[in-house]
Amino acid sequence: MKKHLAFFLAMLMLLGLLCGCKGATGKNTSAGMKDNSITVGIAQDLDNSLDPYKMTAAGTREVMFNIFEGLVKPDKDGNFVCAVASDYSVSSDGLVYTFILRSGVVFHNGAKVTAEDVMYSFKTCASTSVTAALVEALSAVDAYEVTATQFSIVLKEPNPDFLSYVCNVSIVPKDYHDQDTAPVGTGPFKFQSRRVLDNFVIVRNDDYYGQKAHLSKVTYRILEDNTALFTALNSGSLDLVAHLTIDQTKNLTNGYRVAEGTMNLVQAIYLNHDVKPFDDVRVRQALCYAVDVDAMLKLTSGGHGTAVGSSMYPAFGKYFDESLANAYPHDIAKAKQLLAEAGYPNGFSFTIKVPSNYQPHVDCATVLVEQLKAAGIDAKIQLVDWSTWLSDVYKGRNFEATITGFDSSTLNASGMLARWETGNGKNMINYSNADYDAAYRAARATADDAQQTQYYKQCLAILSQDAANVYLQDLVDFVATHPKLKGYEFYPLYVMDMSLLYWDK
Amino acid sequence: MKKYNGFLLCGGILTAAMLLFILLGCFWTPYDTTAMDPNAMEQSPSWQHLMGTDKFGRDILSRVMEGAASSLFIALCVVAIGCFFGLIIGALCGYYGGIADAILTRVCDSITAFPSFLLALVIISVAGPGTYNIIFALGILFIPSFARIVRTEYVTCRDLNYIQSARLMGAGDLRIMVAHILPNTLTVLLSALTIGFNNAILSEASMSFLGLGVQPPTPSLGYMLNESRSSINSTPWYMLFVGATIVLLVLGFSLLGEGLQRQAQED
Repeated sequence: MKKHLAFFLAMLMLLGLLCGCKGATGKNTSAGMKDNSITVGIAQDLDNSLDPYKMTAAGTREVMFNIFEGLVKPDKDGNFVCAVASDYSVSSDGLVYTFILRSGVVFHNGAKVTAEDVMYSFKTCASTSVTAALVEALSAVDAYEVTATQFSIVLKEPNPDFLSYVCNVSIVPKDYHDQDTAPVGTGPFKFQSRRVLDNFVIVRNDDYYGQKAHLSKVTYRILEDNTALFTALNSGSLDLVAHLTIDQTKNLTNGYRVAEGTMNLVQAIYLNHDVKPFDDVRVRQALCYAVDVDAMLKLTSGGHGTAVGSSMYPAFGKYFDESLANAYPHDIAKAKQLLAEAGYPNGFSFTIKVPSNYQPHVDCATVLVEQLKAAGIDAKIQLVDWSTWLSDVYKGRNFEATITGFDSSTLNASGMLARWETGNGKNMINYSNADYDAAYRAARATADDAQQTQYYKQCLAILSQDAANVYLQDLVDFVATHPKLKGYEFYPLYVMDMSLLYWDK
Repeated sequence: MKKYNGFLLCGGILTAAMLLFILLGCFWTPYDTTAMDPNAMEQSPSWQHLMGTDKFGRDILSRVMEGAASSLFIALCVVAIGCFFGLIIGALCGYYGGIADAILTRVCDSITAFPSFLLALVIISVAGPGTYNIIFALGILFIPSFARIVRTEYVTCRDLNYIQSARLMGAGDLRIMVAHILPNTLTVLLSALTIGFNNAILSEASMSFLGLGVQPPTPSLGYMLNESRSSINSTPWYMLFVGATIVLLVLGFSLLGEGLQRQAQED
């Protein structure tokens, strides 16, 4: 009897296995198509607070982009388009920004957006925002002028980047105090529910003033384990997952479409300038010559990704200088010569701390070690987990070299460049260069856009000449979507715009 | 007539073959283990690359050879540390007894009370990852199991008649412990060694799998297994070969240990 039972159970398991296999492939309909909803997989939970001024993680901003809006908001080309404001103008001296408030905009809780709310938003943001650059920009505001339909900002000094900060001030209802747990904004989606470490649900805002979202509901599922996320995607229980690696796209067997964009960040080997021998510019230049970025791209991401050469990524077309990417062609002889001049004819050794949860960084570090060997430099990898990296490397600055990516949270050049100013709190590499400081300050002080661009470009050139870091690339970003889910657009920001997606039935 | 001991034979042959393979890897590998080749990425097994290549175009066979060697080295060191200190502690505790014995036995018990892996993780997070730290962390964890086995043997032996006689003949404690009791523990110790060795290999692989053991690009079986996980569909042979190497290594020693134990029971 027992034997029969065992046999029966074994057969049942086999059958289950076969069914499982069948279910995993060749499925062309998603459960979400019926009720016009999608399920998105994300690799990390959102910040504890959902308050738009307290968000720190890029992964949180990526989601909340669908809920909150500023007076203006970025579009997929990086331009600022009107959102809560229907029009805006800037005075000729660059000091007064006047926004006409759009009529008929309502918050997700049903209240009408008034000029009072806008003023409240700017003041609250200026006093509570955790984004230092934003607080700094708003501190230069001399006065706010409010009428029933108009909102003006008077600046103490002109700031050509100001609009990019306005776009970061989410408009929230006045005297609403539950933003931490039940966020209320004006965006195309509204918050529905959240389960910590499990899911985050947003639904369509049917009272949206502009083009309403196509989908009625978006569920974000949080799967912190990379393998679990990928398995869920491949089995078809997720409709969209972004930030996949090339390995993962190669292993995707369920017929999903894979779109390719860039992550909009600058990946580099960041060197601690307070540590010998990286205080010597010749050593840093030698490293740049020893690293073959093209070969690295070929080995780590099948040639995808864009070499950057300085602290700016290509989406910033205005500032990005392609020629800097070729400033240090692969040249081992030159690297050895520079090392000899610096007093290291036999090379030297150093440890590179790599955040182990980011496979692209680990891969690049692995290739790096191999490439540096040819120049006689002995690099050792030390894998550290993300929280250790943040406390030890980023905040504690206790490292020789590390590999990571920096993005611009404010969609402007200073978001990328402010950190390299001498003494800046985010200057993790302890970079200090008088020329750079001068150029950066000149850029900040200029009202003229063309001139400012010139100064920023100068900053980038200095970073390159000085070999501040070994600049690598803007990483490739793969997004897998269900074959019938259309409309995904890449932004020059780290966001996913859910309002453009639709089911093509 | 003696019974034919299949375990000993299979285990012996398998272990010898693996050791030969690893020993060869110490002196010669088909390719440089860290050399990358952009023109030979993710190749399936062929005559040029018997086990294929990984995503950087590195020869998997070469890496498996060196990775197995470093795993073996770590496991040997770990077992050596565990056995050496376990033997000393176990012998002293078992022979003399008393308060010191009670305390040390409780300490060993409390170490075993924690999941050994968790304890190793704690030690690594304090000392930092790396080959020698792994040896140190796992070595400490392997002491109690050896100590306990040795202690039991000494406790049973110390009051036996022949030991009493030796003592009456004026033999010193050290002489009794080493010359008279130690040989009696060897059978148990031998099987404990093979089991401990297997555990050491698996623990090292697990630690490296989590990125806490041998640091890349130095090959190690655990880290390679982790690497191969992301490409299980596009390069399934990678995981297969690395996994098979671990299995064969552990299986060989298991059979050998089992065989030795059976042999001892028959004698």
